[in-house]
Amino acid sequence: MIPFPLHLESLLGKPLMYLVFLLIGFLFGYTLEISGFNHSPSLAAQFYFKSLRVFKVFFTAIVVGMLLLFASSALGLLDYNLIWVNPTYLWPGIVGGLIMGAGFIIGGFCPGTSLVALATLKIDGIFFVLGGLVGVFLFGETVDFYKYFFNGSYFGRLTLMDVFNLPTGIIVILVTLMALFMFVGGEQLEKIYGGKDPKRAPKARYYGAGVLVLLAIAIAIIGQPTTDDRWARLAPLRNSDLTNREVYIDPGELLDTFHDHKLNLIMVDVRDEADFNLFHLLDAENIPPLNIPDQIDEFIAQPANTVFVVMSNDEKHATEV
Amino acid sequence: MAENPSPESNKFQIKNLFIRQSQPYANPYLGGVLLGLVLFASYFITGNGLGASAGLSRYAVFIEDLIAPGHIDQVPYLIKMAGGQRNPLDSWLVMVTTGVIIGGFVSGVIHGRTKFETNKGPNISNQTRWLFAFLGGILFAYGARLARGCTSGQALSGGATLSAGSWVVMFSIFGGAYALAYFVRRLWN
Repeated sequence: MIPFPLHLESLLGKPLMYLVFLLIGFLFGYTLEISGFNHSPSLAAQFYFKSLRVFKVFFTAIVVGMLLLFASSALGLLDYNLIWVNPTYLWPGIVGGLIMGAGFIIGGFCPGTSLVALATLKIDGIFFVLGGLVGVFLFGETVDFYKYFFNGSYFGRLTLMDVFNLPTGIIVILVTLMALFMFVGGEQLEKIYGGKDPKRAPKARYYGAGVLVLLAIAIAIIGQPTTDDRWARLAPLRNSDLTNREVYIDPGELLDTFHDHKLNLIMVDVRDEADFNLFHLLDAENIPPLNIPDQIDEFIAQPANTVFVVMSNDEKHATEV
Repeated sequence: MAENPSPESNKFQIKNLFIRQSQPYANPYLGGVLLGLVLFASYFITGNGLGASAGLSRYAVFIEDLIAPGHIDQVPYLIKMAGGQRNPLDSWLVMVTTGVIIGGFVSGVIHGRTKFETNKGPNISNQTRWLFAFLGGILFAYGARLARGCTSGQALSGGATLSAGSWVVMFSIFGGAYALAYFVRRLWN
């Protein structure tokens, strides 16, 4: 049984769950402040290569966060499938990103940093937050004019591993090396444009870089758990569900699910093709048992309100599949 | 939540400067490691990453709901957050955003950096800086809603979980800013 991430609402109840999120936000705001993200000239300076402070903080955080996430997944402490991975909407992402870039260089903040600037009474930050409230209002009023664009080019839970068809460990190493390469380049740019001497920065950063690379390599060597590994860990718990018949659905319940528009029902018919052609439920998909492992990634990518129903001529066969 | 900038605020600033010596910011790599730890803790415990714009947008909808509740119920995008009896602030995203403000304030006070001031480039007036901060805020928030997340929710969180779409958003943000930087260089240099 993989304990993390926790299902906080059922574990703690809503008020305490909110307290946990408040605490996480507190730490987020605190680290943004000590990193200097409430100082707009520092944020803008990266775009003129004078000081890449923000750039360094940002990519260090991504690499450290990524390494710890995938290391804990490799060790079986964390289930990556239960982690919220931003779904990909390609074109809204590109256009929205470019607009954000314009807002960044004109306004000197991004939303998180402007909140910290507001909290520390920077007047430019307060104006940015007020503008942000207006921007949200304008978006709510206008998005319906182009909702097909906003909801289009959807690729679901798409990861870099899927795009480049490489194992997680290799992607983790490549991202780490890319970040370190950019830090070296960034320090050179700071020397040229900002007159900063990289030799005066603490030596400890070289050891830090070494630790990051070693961790990335370790993640690649251990590898991520496969579906079989995950099942092995979940089996004791799930088998009791089977014996208690909690996973079975009766025809009436299926009919209700069928008509519930809040649920995304996927019916997998695992009989052979001849039976399927003779008769099958409307919208059921015929997937032979042997092909199911190939489909697993697609199943995982389905939204959270998806209900899977596996069906066959008798219950025993459907369960075995 | 908005403190109106008034002439007195400048006096405040000078007074504060004499009372408190503000401390320098942390080493950027150290700050990054700490931020990465917070990001990891968030995913590890809750399964969700860090965000700022989603909570901010719920505050905006909350204000809109106070002014024109009938209007909310006619806009599909807003109904999800504040339709009928729904309270747009009843969300963990709002908790994170509120925590960010408190955390930033506490750190600012501890390190002597909480004071009324306007940070800007040397060649523009305070008023120009405020105007462009306001305009930039409008653009950024609009883009963040369109891309379904900002530098925190998409670039930082999605970047660490290796979401393909988030890396696209990240490069678009930096690409957009670098492309425009030359044309607005007077604002900052």
